This record gives sequence, C-alpha cells and structure tokens, in this order.
Amino acid sequence: MAVDELYKEVILDHYKSPRNKRGLEHATVSCARNNPLCGDEITIHARLDGDAVAEVSFEGQGCSISQASASMLTEAVAGRSLDEAGTLTSDFRSMMEGAADPDEDEMGDLIALKGVVKYPVRIKCAVLAWDTFQEALQDASGKAAGASAH
Amino acid sequence: MQPMDPHAIRKDFPILERQVHGKPLVYLDSTATSQKPRQVIEAITGFYEDHNANVHRGIYALAEEATEAYESARAKIASFLGAPDPSTIVFTRGTTESINLVAHAWGRTFLREGDEVVLTEMEHHSNIVPWQLAAKDTGAVLRYAPITDDGLLDVDAFRALLTDRTKLVAVSGQSNVLGTLPPLRDIAALAHDAGAKVLVDGAQFVSHNPVDVAALDVDFLTFSGHKMLGPTGSGGLYGRRELLEAMGPYHGGGEMIMEVYPDRSTYKEPPFKFEAGTPPIAQAVGLGAAVDYLEGIGMDAVRAHERELTAYALERLSGIGARIFGPTDLDLRGGAVSFWLKDVHPHDLAQVLDQEGVAIRAGHHCAQILMRRLGVPATARASFYVYNVAEDVDALVAALEKAEEVFG
Repeated sequence: MAVDELYKEVILDHYKSPRNKRGLEHATVSCARNNPLCGDEITIHARLDGDAVAEVSFEGQGCSISQASASMLTEAVAGRSLDEAGTLTSDFRSMMEGAADPDEDEMGDLIALKGVVKYPVRIKCAVLAWDTFQEALQDASGKAAGASAH
Repeated sequence: MQPMDPHAIRKDFPILERQVHGKPLVYLDSTATSQKPRQVIEAITGFYEDHNANVHRGIYALAEEATEAYESARAKIASFLGAPDPSTIVFTRGTTESINLVAHAWGRTFLREGDEVVLTEMEHHSNIVPWQLAAKDTGAVLRYAPITDDGLLDVDAFRALLTDRTKLVAVSGQSNVLGTLPPLRDIAALAHDAGAKVLVDGAQFVSHNPVDVAALDVDFLTFSGHKMLGPTGSGGLYGRRELLEAMGPYHGGGEMIMEVYPDRSTYKEPPFKFEAGTPPIAQAVGLGAAVDYLEGIGMDAVRAHERELTAYALERLSGIGARIFGPTDLDLRGGAVSFWLKDVHPHDLAQVLDQEGVAIRAGHHCAQILMRRLGVPATARASFYVYNVAEDVDALVAALEKAEEVFG
C-alpha cells in the first residue's frame, strides 16, 4: 500500500487546515482524552440544543490522523440529532475495526480514514476524537438525567 | 584498536537481506532491539539440537553439558563487563527484570522511611516505576536530578541532591532518547562520598560501549541481551558480591533454596539465590555467543564506528533542518538520535519512512518525564549499531525528504 492511500488528500487537507479547531463558548459539555502511545491529545467541546448537536469544536495536538479525524468529526456530527450522531459514531468505530462494510453515503469524507485500518497501531489515533465525543455525549446525558431528577 | 568493517559484518545478519514494502530494509531501531547474527541464531538452535536439558539438576551427560554451556555464558559476561567473578552476574530476562530485582531484593531490605533514591529526568520508565513501587512500600522518597537544555546531566544540581538521606543513585548509562553518556565515574564517586549505592541502567550502555564495572566503581549494572545481539528473554545484573549476599531473595521457587521446611527455607549463595525456577537456558547460551561476537569486533571499535555514524547523521539531519534533541558533542553521546523534522508529527514521519523500508522509532520511548522536560509529546529516533552504514543515513534522509513533501 502506498503512502498516499493512507494519507489521502482529504485527510491532509483537514490536518493542514483543521475545521472548528477552537474553544467553544456556551459549550454544554467538554471532554479530553489522550493516546499514551502517540501522545495525541484531543478535547471535544459540544453545544447541544435539545435533542440536537448544535455545534462541535476541538482542541488538541498530535499526528495527522488524530487531528484530521477530529476536524472531520466536528463537521460530520454538527446539525445531527443525538441519536444520529451516536449511530454515526458507532458506525465509524465499526469501520475502523474493519468489521462492517461502511455505508459510503453515511460516512461521506470520513471514508478517507478507512485506509488506516491496514495500520493497526494508527487505528487508536483515528478513533481518539470519536471516543472523546462519545464520552462527551454520555456526560451530557448524565447531566441531563441529573438535572431532570432535581 | 582494529577498526571494524560494517559491510562485512552485515553479511552475518540474515534479516538485513530482506525487503520491506519492496525496498531493502534499513534498520535504524537498534535502541529498541538489535538484530541477531547467524552465530547467535546457530548457538541457540545448536543448543536445542544437541545439548538441551535442564541445568544444575540432572546426573547425566546432557544435563552436564547444558549446565556447562549456561555457566560458561555467565563467565563470558563477567569477563566482558570487567566483573571480578562470575558469581556477581545474575541472569534475568533483561534490564527491566534486573532493576525490579534490585528494587525488590535490595530496596525492600535496605530502604527506610525518609530515605532517598536519586534518579534523573532522562530515565526510562524501567528505571522509574520499580523505584516508585519500592518507595510506596518503604516510605522512601524519589528525587530527580535535572538535565540541562543540551540534554546533559546537570552535575551541580545532582550533587546538591545528595545528602545523608540518599541511599541509592539509579542512573542510565546511556540515554535511550538523547544518547547522552552521563559521567558515570564522577556520579559513582559523588554518590559513594554521600554514602549511597549506585545502580547503572546499562540497557543502552553495555551494548554500545566498552564497560569495566571495577573501573567505574558502580554497585549494580543491568543489561539486556536482546539489545546486544542476543536473544529476547536474556540479560542480567551485575552486583557487588557483598550486596548480593546481604540482599533478600527475589522470586521464590526451585533451585534458589538450600533446604525447605514447612514454615521456612534457607537460600543458596548468589547468584543462584536470585534464579528461581528453570532459567532461560538457550537464551543465556545465545547471549554468550553474542558476547563472543562483540568481543571479536572489540567494543572500542563498536563505539568508534557508532561515533562516526552519529557524526554523519547529525550533520545530514541538521542539513535538512531537523531539530536534534540531546548533546552535539560526540564525546558525550552515543548513537541514538532523537529529532523533529519541521512540525511533522513523529508518527507520520515513521509511517512514511516505513513505506521506504526505513525502520525508525516514534513515540515517547518509555520516557514521559523526559518528553515533558523537552516539551514534546514524542520524538522520532534513529539509532545505530554494528551493522549500520553511512548509506543507511542517506536512505533515512531521502525518506525524510519524501515525508516533508507529503506534509509540507
């Protein structure tokens, strides 16, 4: 496999010009994770509006795969319902585990990250942002459950 | 000193004939583990084919041959390290186990609450975590001697840390990240003046430098066989005889005992006190063959060869704008070269290099405290050994230029 099949144009574009790489005012939830193997660090901020993911941003540092994946996530989940975002997250994980034949329409640009599956040590880099996002959603639903109980 | 011919040496290493992604393998990760010459591989298979038996037990010819092969490997290592007697060499699985052995058997016997163990900021996790565990059990405290911005041990700051509370100084003999060669003789003298013992983590030091434990005057020295052309699962510990005698045992089990009663046991003399169970016998034999191989080259020649390659690598890497971590004075460093190229993440560099057949390490190198000190999450690292040649450095630089094209 040639390098350009891993480092596809769209990945390098997100790495060099990351989207939504900033803090987020009025974030409902923020969550940070790192990947001790590479030293990749990702913080995901999400602003939720009812059942919708209104806005997502990220901050962090690390390799091109981890940072591009985070950048792509912010565009892919914004505007979706919580359910849709959750489904996309688990479908993305399945793709990275090599388990499922991904739905190219659902994945859009994310399909570019499929090449990472052939590099087992880098899969952790690709899923870091998604794990962080999933944890953020869980934190948010925990908060919401806590709030409604009061 | 007879200079070595790396091109001739390469012919002894079968793995260097293989291709990776259709390109000749350029192996620049000997700091992680070294490749093995045919002589070592044949010593291991020869042992299994002709002499395999357990050691120190059987009353039959094979068992005696196996014991002889195992003990003669110990004697070779003792002589290689300038140790006074083979009984000062304990076989272990490598440096990690050796340091754990000392932290357990010496640390739990002699460390008391408030005692101090002095480490440095450039230690590998295997020379940190065992001391954290010992400190937790004993109430001892860890102190870290800082490094300078050049990646050298700050000797003044180190000296200032030594007090009558210092019981041990545990220091790397050659940094696996920066290549730094700390002044071991001075460190040992200062530590001994303070009444402390000295352990040298020799994982990188023993494999790349002439070593004489008597001249260095250290109390413990650890080494890993797989980093010095030997097999994985081999390695050992040199310990001053009186310390090995005074220490408690490490693992309990067969072959480390004299007599066993329901409630207690008595133990053998060192080194057998520390070698419970069936040891990695074929691996020890392979390590003995590796020591023969290195002595055939001469460790002065090994060091001189790596010094020359390191000089060339530093020059070429600087030439393409790489930022080098660690000392630039070749007298003060060995052949592990950590760097960043522009702002390309080390993992991305290593990935592109792999496609060119060039194997380097990228990561924190089991040295997170050092990474924080350097202010980077990871580095790329190329490292050299007896089979590396200037053309390997050229291949590295050409592959790095390719990586820069992708990420530039």
